[in-house]
Amino acid sequence: MAEAIVAEHVTKDFVLRRHKTFKKMTVAKMRGEQTVDRFNAVDDVSFTIQQGESVGLMGLNGSGKSTLLKLVSGVMKPNKGTLLTRGRIAGLIATGAGFQNQLSGMENIYLNAAIYGLSEKETKAVLDEIIDFADIGQFIDQPVGTYSSGMSSRLGFAIAVHVDCDIFLADEILAVGDKPFKRKCLAKMQEIRESGRTIVYVSHAAGSVQKMCDRVICLEKGRLVFDGDVDEGIRFLHYEDEDDGDELAADDAELGADV
Amino acid sequence: MTEVATASATSGTALPPLAAPSSNLGLVSVFKRRYLLKLLVQREISARYERSFLGFLWSYINPLTQFFIYWYIMGIVMGAHATIQNYPVHVFSGLIIVHFFTETFGSGTASIMRNKSLVQKMPLPQEMFPVAAMLVSLWHVLPQLAILLVVCILTGWHPDMGTLIGGLLSVAILMMLGTALALIFSVANVFWRDFGSLVGILNNFVRFGCTMIYSYDQLSQHAGSLQPVVLGNPIAVACLLFQRAFWALSTDHPHHVLKTEFPPHLYRQGLEALAASLVILLFAQWFFSKFQARIPEQF
Repeated sequence: MAEAIVAEHVTKDFVLRRHKTFKKMTVAKMRGEQTVDRFNAVDDVSFTIQQGESVGLMGLNGSGKSTLLKLVSGVMKPNKGTLLTRGRIAGLIATGAGFQNQLSGMENIYLNAAIYGLSEKETKAVLDEIIDFADIGQFIDQPVGTYSSGMSSRLGFAIAVHVDCDIFLADEILAVGDKPFKRKCLAKMQEIRESGRTIVYVSHAAGSVQKMCDRVICLEKGRLVFDGDVDEGIRFLHYEDEDDGDELAADDAELGADV
Repeated sequence: MTEVATASATSGTALPPLAAPSSNLGLVSVFKRRYLLKLLVQREISARYERSFLGFLWSYINPLTQFFIYWYIMGIVMGAHATIQNYPVHVFSGLIIVHFFTETFGSGTASIMRNKSLVQKMPLPQEMFPVAAMLVSLWHVLPQLAILLVVCILTGWHPDMGTLIGGLLSVAILMMLGTALALIFSVANVFWRDFGSLVGILNNFVRFGCTMIYSYDQLSQHAGSLQPVVLGNPIAVACLLFQRAFWALSTDHPHHVLKTEFPPHLYRQGLEALAASLVILLFAQWFFSKFQARIPEQF
């Protein structure tokens, strides 16, 4: 078996500008204040994911999950460390897909598929399946800007799962979308998993992570704090002992049980 | 990388190599992914004047209104019709090529900001956007060129080899220089919107810095020490090359015009301008690569 994703001491920092105008910056410089802040969204993270593994990426909001996913997908580059991947990568980052709002759903399918590296012929071959899966009816010919958030993530997910990829990234896909669609997504993800492709799955739903993944990586403030068994990882995050979250937990359990 | 990935995903045999997912070869990968570039250009053509009633006609209204202003103010009020032969063609041939540059510069600078939803979430060489903006502007040149050809033929145009060589050289200079400046300004504009505002001012200098509303002869008589500055500008050289190709050969006495209205070593200057544009383009690529990594986090 070969590695699919190798991260070694990966760090990504963000620059926060404190002062937005020339005037404010000059004043700050004269007073000897700092004009920029840096913080590490992903901080010295190392892991290796083997081909065919299905890894759940967990952590609180702002812990760096989406940034790490952007680094894996190639949207962002690490400042320090190296991150290597094998093969074609497809998937959703931060719920929505990268769509052009003025373009119709159909045009966006072609554009996104081309960005993933599909040719026109390859796109046409899976076009019907994508439209079928997204199941948004006549809206496929309307500008994506008019879509509801559910509709655009349906379309984004439909495109991503039909790209013949080696690594599949899924970020909070279950945050939007109705129950039948969630069920359909999870079933499709299982199919991808069984086909031997590598999956990195970001979710807060412990139940679906249990169903879907064979390993969990937890981030906290950008640092890797846990890497290992799924149940242990969920326990590590104390996701299961929230007494005020009965309703949430029930919903989550149901979601897991559905699949 | 993508071709290799396709092979493995379909055949399941030889593994693609481990590689940095963000690696890209800049402009080289733009031209490797021509299908994606084609889609982006088509999209730009339809999106540039999105939600506007006159649509792509705006690409002609802009240069045409400029043409009539120059033709009336400079030609009739200031009397350029009397001093410059076939003045409307002089202005129009200059305007086409200069407008190609200013349009590339303007829309190229805005190109990354305009595509931020893609830049944020999809991995693609961001050089795609300025290059696509340049190609869209080039596409808009074609109908204008058709109008120019008709006017030239009506006014007794005798093209020579210089038309082809000079015309192509002129377009090549501005394709490279336009792309270079669009690359630098598009990335700078992401960090400070001031650069977008600066483009309008620079484009004004470009319009008046070329021998479009005045002639080379007038420039050499009145510009004095400023003349080398004006002619050191690759855009002005491209403009002269284009006017030599079309306007000069449509005048009544082309031989006389070629001698008096153009610098003595125009083609050599053209090649120098091309070389300079290439150097600027290489610098632009270096500049772009240096700051590109910080683009997706700016939105």
